Amino acid sequence: MIRHLLELEELGVEGIQAILQLTDRFVEVGERAIPKVPALRGKTVANMFFEDSTRTRLSFDVAAKRLSADVLTFSASSSSLNKGESIRDSVETLEAMGINAIVVRHGSSGVPQQITRWVNEGISVINAGDGWHAHPTQGLLDAYTVCEHFRGPAGPAASLQGLHVGLVGDILHSRVARSDIQAYTALGATVTLIAPATLLPADISTWPVRVSQDLDQVLPTLDVLGLLRVQKERMVEGSIGSIREYIEEFSLTQRRVKLLSDTAVITHPGPVVRGVEVTGSVLDEYPRVLKNRQVSNGVAVRMAVLFLLLGSGAELA
Amino acid sequence: MRVADRERRMTPPFGGVFVATSTVLDQAQVHRALTRISHEIIEKNRGLDNIVLVALQTGGAQVAEHIAQLLFEIEGVDVPTGTIDVALYRDDIGLRPVMPEAETTIPVDLTAKTVVLVDDVLFTGRTIRAALDALNDFGRPRAVQLAVVIDRGHRELPIRPDFVGKNLPTRREEVVDVNPEGVLLGVMRK
Repeated sequence: MIRHLLELEELGVEGIQAILQLTDRFVEVGERAIPKVPALRGKTVANMFFEDSTRTRLSFDVAAKRLSADVLTFSASSSSLNKGESIRDSVETLEAMGINAIVVRHGSSGVPQQITRWVNEGISVINAGDGWHAHPTQGLLDAYTVCEHFRGPAGPAASLQGLHVGLVGDILHSRVARSDIQAYTALGATVTLIAPATLLPADISTWPVRVSQDLDQVLPTLDVLGLLRVQKERMVEGSIGSIREYIEEFSLTQRRVKLLSDTAVITHPGPVVRGVEVTGSVLDEYPRVLKNRQVSNGVAVRMAVLFLLLGSGAELA
Repeated sequence: MRVADRERRMTPPFGGVFVATSTVLDQAQVHRALTRISHEIIEKNRGLDNIVLVALQTGGAQVAEHIAQLLFEIEGVDVPTGTIDVALYRDDIGLRPVMPEAETTIPVDLTAKTVVLVDDVLFTGRTIRAALDALNDFGRPRAVQLAVVIDRGHRELPIRPDFVGKNLPTRREEVVDVNPEGVLLGVMRK
């Protein structure tokens, strides 16, 4: 039985499918008149966010509450970290209060992994995004949302076989891209990355993806266009010539959106920076933008993950 | 493998193979028992107005379908039939498996309806306790009744069935299997 969720690689294809199948159940719970179940009554989930977040933190918050768990929210900016306390001491403080899970976001890759070495048995660590490394629940919810759109509920053997997914934007700094690639390819989709060479990692040739610098050429072949935010705060000076140059070549404009096939969907993990990765009006007018469905499904996916780690006692398939 | 078999293997005492020691009811006897139960449901409720059948996942599903069919044959009424999975409401979460294929589908708002819960075997009563909790999240039924094929005793909660196919004295470690061909009593062998 798995205890932590740090990245999707450790789940394998069957593990990913098992979580998506469980997600079907929690999507149904979310549609009930009273969308709350007592499954995790008496458990406490601590959200430790060392980096800004709206969606992910609120999503884990709602997910835990809908399972009747109690939630502690630790936000670094208003904590004793400012007085010089270490992460380890903060974690130990939470641990001493008797928590069952820590949901961690941190700007540095590997922090959730490190925390697993400090906590004692019985505490699960869930990675809510660490540096450039991984954002496993985002990968799961993106795969679930695409699956749901094209094939309906995930069922026991979710598959994206035959679908072509294009991820556009800052791949280099994107943990979302890394987890998306793992989730999409595990389920059989073909993934093409579209980004300037300076925003692609150096070891890209070892990834199970195709790479292109020509968005116009790829757009008509896509079933799913995954937009990524251009992460200015992670950008080292000079990795793109200028924002204007980036927009010229990679932004989804009104002209480009017409190149998409008439079944293609657009996803965006948020937060959206309108005018950079996408023209604002495209997002409002295109009929198949899954952005808000991603948010709804995000809650269900996180309920599935929390329930699997804390409540079910079930083995992954 | 049948869902019921998979569920059984994941439930205490975990694993092993079901070995039947005797046949409790054959197919025809189950049919007769469910026919009687159907008549009793109609009689007790003076018809089928506002009746909703809700099957407990996973064992109750096929029993409820069978009863719905019989009710249709007797009264010519299509009774709304749903399913409910109570895994998220159990007091022994972690001891019992979560069956991802066990869907919850409640076709109508249950407020002011008479819900007939349907399960294959009534044992400790804990599943029914969880189901009563779960039903509350779908509305406030006017009344909840319970129909089971087999009542095998060993109750741990003050719960009793309204409609029973057969009362079957059992030992605690025995296992009752309700399948489409009938009802078997047996044990799990490693």
